[in-house]
Amino acid sequence: MTTPLANYLILASLLFGIGLAGALARRNAVLVLIGLELMLNAANLNFIAFWRFSPHPEMLTGQMFVLFSIAIAAAEVAVGLALVIAIYRHRRTAQLDRFDSLKG
Amino acid sequence: MESIVKYLWLIPTAPLLAAGVGALLPRRQRQLGAGLAIGAIGISFLLSCAAFLVTLHSGRVSSNFRWFDFGTTSVQLGWVLDPLGAIMAVMVSFVSLLIFVYSLGYMAKDENFKQFFCFLALFAAAMLGLIIANSLLLFFMCWELVGLASYLLIGFWFQKPSAAAAAKKAFIVTRIGDLGFLVGMLLLYAKTGTLLFYDNGNGCLDQTAVAGLVASTTISLLIFCGAVGKSGQIPLHVWLPDAMEGPTPVSALIHAATMVAAGVFLIARVYPLMTPEALQAVTWVGALTAVFAASIAVAQNDIKRILAYSTVSQLGYMMMGLGAGGVAVGMFHLMTHAFFKALLFLGAGSVIHCCHEEQDIRELGGLRTRQPITFATYAVGMMALCGVPLFFSGFWSKDAILDATHHWNGSPIPFYLGLLGAFLTAFYMTRQICWVFFGKPATAKAEHAHESPPVMTVPLVILATLAVVAGFFGTPAWPWFQNYLEGGQVGFDLSKLMNEHQLPLMLLSTALVAAAIVWSGWIYGRAAARPTRETDPLEVAQPTIFVLLQNKFYVDEFYNATVVRLTAAFAKFSDWLDRVFLGGLIKAVCVFALVLAWLDRALDEALVNESFDTGTETVRSSGRWLSRLQNGQVQRYLRIIGVAFCGLLILLLWGSR
Amino acid sequence: MLNEIVFLLCAAVTLVGAVAAMMLRNLVHCALCAAGAFAGLAAIYLQLDAEFVGFAQVLIYVGAIAILIVFAVLLTRGGDVQPSAATTSPSWWVGLPVAALVVASLIGSIMASPRLLRLPTPNVHAPVKQIGEQLMNQFVMPLETVGLLLTAALLGAVVIGLREPRKTESNAP
Repeated sequence: MTTPLANYLILASLLFGIGLAGALARRNAVLVLIGLELMLNAANLNFIAFWRFSPHPEMLTGQMFVLFSIAIAAAEVAVGLALVIAIYRHRRTAQLDRFDSLKG
Repeated sequence: MESIVKYLWLIPTAPLLAAGVGALLPRRQRQLGAGLAIGAIGISFLLSCAAFLVTLHSGRVSSNFRWFDFGTTSVQLGWVLDPLGAIMAVMVSFVSLLIFVYSLGYMAKDENFKQFFCFLALFAAAMLGLIIANSLLLFFMCWELVGLASYLLIGFWFQKPSAAAAAKKAFIVTRIGDLGFLVGMLLLYAKTGTLLFYDNGNGCLDQTAVAGLVASTTISLLIFCGAVGKSGQIPLHVWLPDAMEGPTPVSALIHAATMVAAGVFLIARVYPLMTPEALQAVTWVGALTAVFAASIAVAQNDIKRILAYSTVSQLGYMMMGLGAGGVAVGMFHLMTHAFFKALLFLGAGSVIHCCHEEQDIRELGGLRTRQPITFATYAVGMMALCGVPLFFSGFWSKDAILDATHHWNGSPIPFYLGLLGAFLTAFYMTRQICWVFFGKPATAKAEHAHESPPVMTVPLVILATLAVVAGFFGTPAWPWFQNYLEGGQVGFDLSKLMNEHQLPLMLLSTALVAAAIVWSGWIYGRAAARPTRETDPLEVAQPTIFVLLQNKFYVDEFYNATVVRLTAAFAKFSDWLDRVFLGGLIKAVCVFALVLAWLDRALDEALVNESFDTGTETVRSSGRWLSRLQNGQVQRYLRIIGVAFCGLLILLLWGSR
Repeated sequence: MLNEIVFLLCAAVTLVGAVAAMMLRNLVHCALCAAGAFAGLAAIYLQLDAEFVGFAQVLIYVGAIAILIVFAVLLTRGGDVQPSAATTSPSWWVGLPVAALVVASLIGSIMASPRLLRLPTPNVHAPVKQIGEQLMNQFVMPLETVGLLLTAALLGAVVIGLREPRKTESNAP
């Protein structure tokens, strides 16, 4: 165990950046969702890393956060994909730049 | 005996009901309408007779009821039964009955036949109500109703402009007198607190001293004003001759026999209130009116107008009698006059009816043979009016008045005026009868005249009988009427007729009347025989005086020049005031309000609306501008979040150092 | 030393999977690469002595979410790749610099703090029993709430994904 905390954090940052780039650059709504998941996972990694490097790892708080985060991510994905499918059914497309009904 | 008072109200109510029902009947129900009215007045007559019989034995009975309350005071009305009212009620209902019957014939061809009887019944109701009223207020209400009926009946042939104008004139002129009456009534109420005549010693006539001398004289004179208006005394006599525009039965009933006598009756009714000073005024006004109207009658050519002025003159006599002699003297002449003047008017109506509405006496003539019954009854009426001695009622009543004025301690002048009036009366009546009945027919209308139907002649005969008989109830030898009114024993005493006061007076008046009849008959008897009648013999002899008299002393012209023009000028001034001054004021206020409103609007639009509009427009445009940020592109939002996150991070890391 | 090699290996798998997931044209391939990235992350969790979380990661992300995404892709015909159609959004050239900026600022801030270079605490144990006890004691309320949230999300997903009746099309969510 010689890898310093910063390495994990850099890895999380890169993962977050990749997810963000995908969410910002791809057209397909499903891919944007995958990007979001990647960003969420980056955050999870941060939690685990900080837990592991914390002075009191027996508190398990980081792990708990991640568990809840995963649960919420599952819910989010379920609802998000259902929305994508519903919109697709309605508009016959899953391309995000075409979804602008809520514009002001 | 008491019970009759409780049912006294039925006397006026019966004709009132007939009038009300008659008004609701359809126009073609002619016989029913007339029958109702005649039946109702018959009932009234019978009830009046019953009441009259009661009064022969008992004194005054009154029955009052509360009309309404205001505050702590209550207004009471009531009925009274006393000899004065009873004899008047009998007379009015009886004359009304005869004239209603007569109208059946006279108005037979009129289109508004039913309406005529409706009005007549209304009049009879009001007149009878007035007679039995025990409250000056009720008296006044009936008084005004009588005026209304008079107005309706004078203007009955309202298609004629002259009739409409006459109705208006009658109404307005009598209103002037009524104003005085009303003010007097209010003053009386202020002084005594009651308007009941008799109320067990609390009525205004029960009290001997009502108020101070000046106050009660004022009240008396004000009430007399009403009588002057209604009874056509100087200076308010001008309406009565014009009222002859109405149908002749109306003239006979209202403007000769009954309504105009209401003024006299009013004075008789409130006689206890009258102070000696007020009675003096009454006497003077009466005397002046008697001579004034009689002299005008000398130069008139309209058969009804002559009778109208005669009526004014005779009403003057009644006033004179009231003022100088008392209730009995005036009322006695009222009674006799009612009969013979109704008779004369109905006779004139008969003449007019049969000569195709010809009223100018110069166009008539020779009717003596063509209308024998009319002539005979008319002659009786004429002699009664002139005061032909012994057998005619007018002689006795007029003699009583002359006797009273002779003994009057105020001034001898009314006595001489009365004598002059008696002379003039005999003169113009002889003139009229010569023109109408003697000589030769002047026109084809008079030529083809014929006698009237029995429905018209029968009342004439009855009235003629009464015109003779009525006088015997009040002769000095057997003063039943006077005793009946004033209470006292009746005794037949021929010697009273022959005493040194009565006999010379009677001889004097008889001589005057005889002279007038002979003189007039000599002048006009010859004139009537001539074929052309354009000029009056009197006019030839005294043109100035005749023209003056023919134009009624220019009273109407005088009124037109003064009162009417003054009123018109005042009305014009008021109109100007209203139009220019008040109108201008109102216009100024309007303009001011308009300017204010304009300013307000400008303020509202420029300040409130404009600022509000600008505000909302700003909000809306900024909202529109901001809404462009929300373009619905989720990735753009995410980008902005990312940039903002970087900014935040940089700020946190390096910004705080 | 071994530890570092394992870390670098796992990190490489994760990053390559993530990049591939974000860059491939075929959406099914993207989903599968994302699953690979999730698996790599799970390995890193295991390496960090968080065994329970690592297994949960495998079960939920690799096992459930990735498969769900594949279904969604198939349902939206994301697998049918038209070569002519652009896979990037019209504003991708703005998005990439923003992402780069974010990464740069994150890494910059990490590098700027020397405290983050410390080494992990030795002898860390996170037995499942302890996690279960904490979930049932200290975190019972959040646990119940998450349960409720999952139920609501399940129902919501079903309702949203329902094929709406024709008549009430306009009223459907």
